[in-house]
Amino acid sequence: MGWAIALHGGAGPIPNSLPKERREPREAALRYCLAIGVEALKANLPALDVVELVVRELENNPFFNAGKGSVLTANGTVEMEASIMDGKTKSCGAVSGLSTVVNAVSLARLVMEKTPHVYLGFDGAEAFAREQGVETVDASHFVTPENNERLNLAKEADRVQVDYTPAVQKEILVETLTADGDSQIGTVGCVAVDNSGNLATATSTGGLVNKMVGRIGDTPVIGAGTYANSLCAVSATGVGEAIIKATVARDVAALMEYKGLSLEEAAKYVIHESVPKGNAGLVAVSAKGEVAMEFNTFGMFRACATEDGYSEIAIWPSSSVQE
Amino acid sequence: MGRWAIAVHGGAGVDPNLPAQRQDEAKQLLTRCLNLGISSLQSSLSAIDVVELVVRELESDPFFNSGRGSALTENGTVEMEASIMDGPKRRCGAVSGLTTVKNPVSLARLVMDKSPHSYLAFSGAEAFAKQQGVVMVDNDYFVTEENLGMLKLAKEANAIVFDYRIPSLGLGSCSAGAGAAIDNGLQMNGLPISIYAPETVGCVVVDSEGRCAAATSTGGLMNKMIGRIGDSPLIGSGTYACNICAVSCTGEGEAIIRGTLARDVAAVMEYKGLGLQDAIDFVVKERLDEGKAGMIAVSSNGEVAYGFNTTGMFRGCATEDGFMEVGIWE
Repeated sequence: MGWAIALHGGAGPIPNSLPKERREPREAALRYCLAIGVEALKANLPALDVVELVVRELENNPFFNAGKGSVLTANGTVEMEASIMDGKTKSCGAVSGLSTVVNAVSLARLVMEKTPHVYLGFDGAEAFAREQGVETVDASHFVTPENNERLNLAKEADRVQVDYTPAVQKEILVETLTADGDSQIGTVGCVAVDNSGNLATATSTGGLVNKMVGRIGDTPVIGAGTYANSLCAVSATGVGEAIIKATVARDVAALMEYKGLSLEEAAKYVIHESVPKGNAGLVAVSAKGEVAMEFNTFGMFRACATEDGYSEIAIWPSSSVQE
Repeated sequence: MGRWAIAVHGGAGVDPNLPAQRQDEAKQLLTRCLNLGISSLQSSLSAIDVVELVVRELESDPFFNSGRGSALTENGTVEMEASIMDGPKRRCGAVSGLTTVKNPVSLARLVMDKSPHSYLAFSGAEAFAKQQGVVMVDNDYFVTEENLGMLKLAKEANAIVFDYRIPSLGLGSCSAGAGAAIDNGLQMNGLPISIYAPETVGCVVVDSEGRCAAATSTGGLMNKMIGRIGDSPLIGSGTYACNICAVSCTGEGEAIIRGTLARDVAAVMEYKGLGLQDAIDFVVKERLDEGKAGMIAVSSNGEVAYGFNTTGMFRGCATEDGFMEVGIWE
């Protein structure tokens, strides 16, 4: 027993050659956000509050693809999405198509707590944000020169892809679009279990760079990118289309529930058996305070800590940076 | 060669006082759609084509809450959603927030087949529809007189609920679900809701080659907030298919999402080794918590099954052995 927390800043083909100036700010952000989460758990904040708090921090960091660092659609606009789920009650909230809301994860929480619905999208979600008085900014706030550059790179890469059928594109999209190793991964997520054994998860993203307007990925889809129950909490990242069809987050929990696997066994099974290689990663915690961080991509920005003093911040499989 | 099987539904949660004539109309429509599916299967159409065809038929008929006849948002408009999934490679497509697409299920199929994504919504989905050249109509086409009346009642009931008085409107003559929702105190997700119109439609099929497919389509809740997304377009919640089964759910969307109902039918078969009917019974009992819903399913070896914990579910099913059933109540 005891608290545990894990967070991610996206999984994908992150090259070992990732320049120091791109690596270090992300490592620093992971360390900073982890410390905030750990402190909140030590102060006995409920897991649900902790995951919202940590994901807000990740959204506010421009180095990840969520909130402030969200990537652009094919039209050069921002459409953010997020979801949150409470393990004990299985209450959940989700949002898609946000263009002005500073912290998508907090709007997802408001959908969960203040509406009779679970999921609001696009204009309706924006109207709800205004009704609730959450912080909003002009949509142009998210359209940074860096984001435009990423979009242009992606559009060029797309042109190379005309020989592929759309069905193939769904599997290879990330591999080809991230030629600079940096352009679009970076969905963020956090899972936590508090001292009372309450589990919660939250995930937030700007989606896929150069995505079609209106595209919804796995992040707001309960059971795909995000899931929590009384056994575990899971947040996934990677190729949304692959994560949706493998119902990644729910399947980790389902394998524990229906097949009696441990958290680690369940996470390994889903990532290595249910999703094509190079497509996904996840972080998860169990009610017992275990942590799993599994991915079948080249790397995943991730961090975790448990009450017994274990802590890890890492990007690639074998290069963990011990605290 | 395996044996084909098919099931269709027109929503779970039926007004116990539904007039006999409406019951007959519902059964006739379900029978017509079932026969369409059966004849397609007999002429060797693949499962994915059959579920799309049957759901198109259900969408085009104004009787149920999908396509024409969709429930209305609080603004009196229609926002439709649908999804489709092909079992063999678990390919899937979904759409939300459609306002002018005549057959949402076919746009979901195009998202699956012709876009690099799995799920498109609102203006982006509408733009994709135009680009693909699907049939589009004015939003008014979807709005029926009856639903305008339902919306009015829903708004009145809402006002009463927010006054913390027990609603006692005479809704017996209204469409399915209204009466039941009132009886339950109009609660959903712990909060008072509008009247919900749970007549989402769906179809699941296994063809004679053992391929499973599922499709679900809906107008959502009567008097829903603009932008509300329910379970129907969510893979794993309202719709799921893999190489062992195909499932389509209907009922309280929020409860179905929390329970990842469609995936869980498949998951208990896959991970717990249950048979199709046992899997459905398990999921209805263990995964629905306080929620109300129903589902239809087929397995790759040609079984068909359904389950619900609502007052009735409009459904029909048939197998290659000659079994055929169309029903509303338990």
